Amino acid sequence: MTIRVVHYINQFFAGLGGEDTAHVPPESRDGFVGPGMQIDSLLGEEGTVVGTVICGDSYYGEHIEEARADVLERIRAFEPDLVIAGPAFNAGRYGVACGDVSSAVSRELELPVVTAMYPENPGVEMYAKDAYIVPTVDSVRGMRKALPAMVQLGLKLVRNEEMGTAEEEGYLSRGRRQNFFFEKNGAERAIEMALLKLRGEAFRTEFEMPVFDKVSPAPAIADLAGITVALVNSGGVVPAGNPDRIEVSAASKFGAYQLAGLSDLTGISHESVHGGYDRTYVNDDPDRVVPLDVLREMESEGVFGKLYDYFFATVGTGTPVKSCTRFGQEIAERLKKDGVDAVLLTST
Amino acid sequence: MRLELHKVRVKDVQWGDRTCVRDGTLFVNREEALDAVRVEERLKSFSLELVRPGESVRIIPVKDVLEPRCKLEGGEGFFPGFLGDVDTVGEGKTLALSGAAVITCAPVVGFQEGFIDMRGPGAAYTPFSETNNVVLLAEPVDDLEKHEYEAALRMTGFRLSLYLAEQCRESVADEVEVFELPALVNSKDKADDLPGFVYIYMLQSQGLLHDTYVYGVDVKKILPTLIHPNEVMDGAILSGNCVSACDKNTTFHHLNNPVIRELYRRHGKDLRFLGVIITNENVILVDKKRSSSYTTKLAALVGADAAVVTEEGYGNPDTDLVMNCRKLEGQGIRTVLITDEAAGPDGASQGLADAVSEADAVVSAGNVNAIVEVPPMDCVLGWPESIATLSGGFDGSLGEDGSIRAEIQAIIGSTNELGFSRIGSRWV
Repeated sequence: MTIRVVHYINQFFAGLGGEDTAHVPPESRDGFVGPGMQIDSLLGEEGTVVGTVICGDSYYGEHIEEARADVLERIRAFEPDLVIAGPAFNAGRYGVACGDVSSAVSRELELPVVTAMYPENPGVEMYAKDAYIVPTVDSVRGMRKALPAMVQLGLKLVRNEEMGTAEEEGYLSRGRRQNFFFEKNGAERAIEMALLKLRGEAFRTEFEMPVFDKVSPAPAIADLAGITVALVNSGGVVPAGNPDRIEVSAASKFGAYQLAGLSDLTGISHESVHGGYDRTYVNDDPDRVVPLDVLREMESEGVFGKLYDYFFATVGTGTPVKSCTRFGQEIAERLKKDGVDAVLLTST
Repeated sequence: MRLELHKVRVKDVQWGDRTCVRDGTLFVNREEALDAVRVEERLKSFSLELVRPGESVRIIPVKDVLEPRCKLEGGEGFFPGFLGDVDTVGEGKTLALSGAAVITCAPVVGFQEGFIDMRGPGAAYTPFSETNNVVLLAEPVDDLEKHEYEAALRMTGFRLSLYLAEQCRESVADEVEVFELPALVNSKDKADDLPGFVYIYMLQSQGLLHDTYVYGVDVKKILPTLIHPNEVMDGAILSGNCVSACDKNTTFHHLNNPVIRELYRRHGKDLRFLGVIITNENVILVDKKRSSSYTTKLAALVGADAAVVTEEGYGNPDTDLVMNCRKLEGQGIRTVLITDEAAGPDGASQGLADAVSEADAVVSAGNVNAIVEVPPMDCVLGWPESIATLSGGFDGSLGEDGSIRAEIQAIIGSTNELGFSRIGSRWV
């Protein structure tokens, strides 16, 4: 089988001109144009550049929806097995166009696609999640190095071969962690790394420390009279039987449960389904994590205005921060909408 | 301290009239082995099964895995503080049935047991698909309190393991490994320009059902302390926890700690192995501060140039991990951490619950949330429906055909943070 490749380039690489022709709308040409010649030659016997789709960078940026649809249709018409876009080097608008085309080809045409650009090109931040991007230097002098890398990665995708790490395969990370089996076990790798670190030699950590989203606390409420207080917990306290089937670890959801009419949680009415701590004491008295009994007393004494009618619950253990962030945002939105002024957030 | 580890290779396991190892096969007298564990009154049923690598067998839920060992010289029995005396171990001769394992399996104690597949895609994630396993299946007496239940299973694993090793004490070892370190004061003379390494061994001690024992002492009650690596090989540290299957250090892992093994291997060549500092992972801040400071002080006292720190569990103990790192680096001790990540099923979430900038050298033991699909097995030992409530499983994990779709955190030893396996997570 000869692999059919379609190449996407801008007006400049198509030889139409520079900034003065950046407004040209998409067009198609049979076979290769400009750097596509080198791609065709790198493909050798295995494949051929069957067509080239060209679009002016300004046109793409200013008419992104139409341009994308038009370019996709033109790519589809060539019936490709693989799409290559760019390389865009450090050209910002071209990088965004290559990224957008690649992302759309992958998502809508479900075809393998490779692009390339300078790591600081804005197209990287916008599209690295969706596309395989080969890193290049910041100018066209990197062409000779970029094209073989793009072709090699593209062929790997077409052949559906197992894709290795971003570093090994030479693409920019798509921001995801994936498990691999290595030649050496973790202990051996750790001691090797320690020896390198100690000698002041270059070493590469396998896991960069995450950067945390620091949230500054809301200002204190001076006067509690009249405020509505809500209870939220990540200690896994839910109504008995766990009606929403919240996972014991790595929760994918949270629940909202009725408090109206209740003044005390008991080991019969509620339970903790949290898999990360000993639940003996909380299951004996769930008020230990969701202190409804005390809050009802304070409510009746007038310490604060009113307890919100629902409590929210999830399981914190093993739950990815990404999920936690979403839970937090959704819970906060609902609490704000319902006029809650303060939240008692309990864990375990 | 000098220890000879007499390794008797086990390549197969079969029932037999007499428990012994013959030509690489471990023969087990079923009734006699059952008699050794039936003394436990808190359990009401006991059965034994033999399982070999490559067989279409799933074991679920697994509580602990052990390697049968016993003392030949320099002590008696094994498991100090439980079945053995509390005198210091780590000297003399110890027999190990290498290639064999005891697995305890019983209805869920604390949500955090896991499963072992002997073949198929799940087998690659657990070291116990490669061992010849004696599986003990047990059930608790009615209404047994959880902590008593955990203790009963723990003791039963110890008893079965010791029984097997004791019956094989006449076997001739296929290999004898010698482990010996000089006293600290002499270590510099032997290899004067080599850097001194300490191993900081964090032990799970978050609370009831999340415990580890040293000579029978609950680790949450200790101050960090020095331990000789030979003591670890001789059973001084034992698992008593139900922390997530992927990164619980089973008793087998403690006995075969890969960091200790690798430091020994390199000792005198490119480093000096100064020793092991055990510390805990308690849940309250004051304990974390005290333990990390005390650990760092000990590392500095023994003159460490570098430290390898291993974690057990994830989430809360991430704080202990990075606190140890910050303080060790603060003393100029170059530090490497081994940890796993909870990066979400798609790998796109940040993977640690706490972080410090000093942690610039980290070995990844894998993403615990990665999803694995494992096909049905011809034989399932245990209680497969428990997958729905195990960490890493969810409602609907168990397919009608017996297949399982779950996070790898439900597989025993899949992301072990001692660095026992070859797995690791990378950017894609």
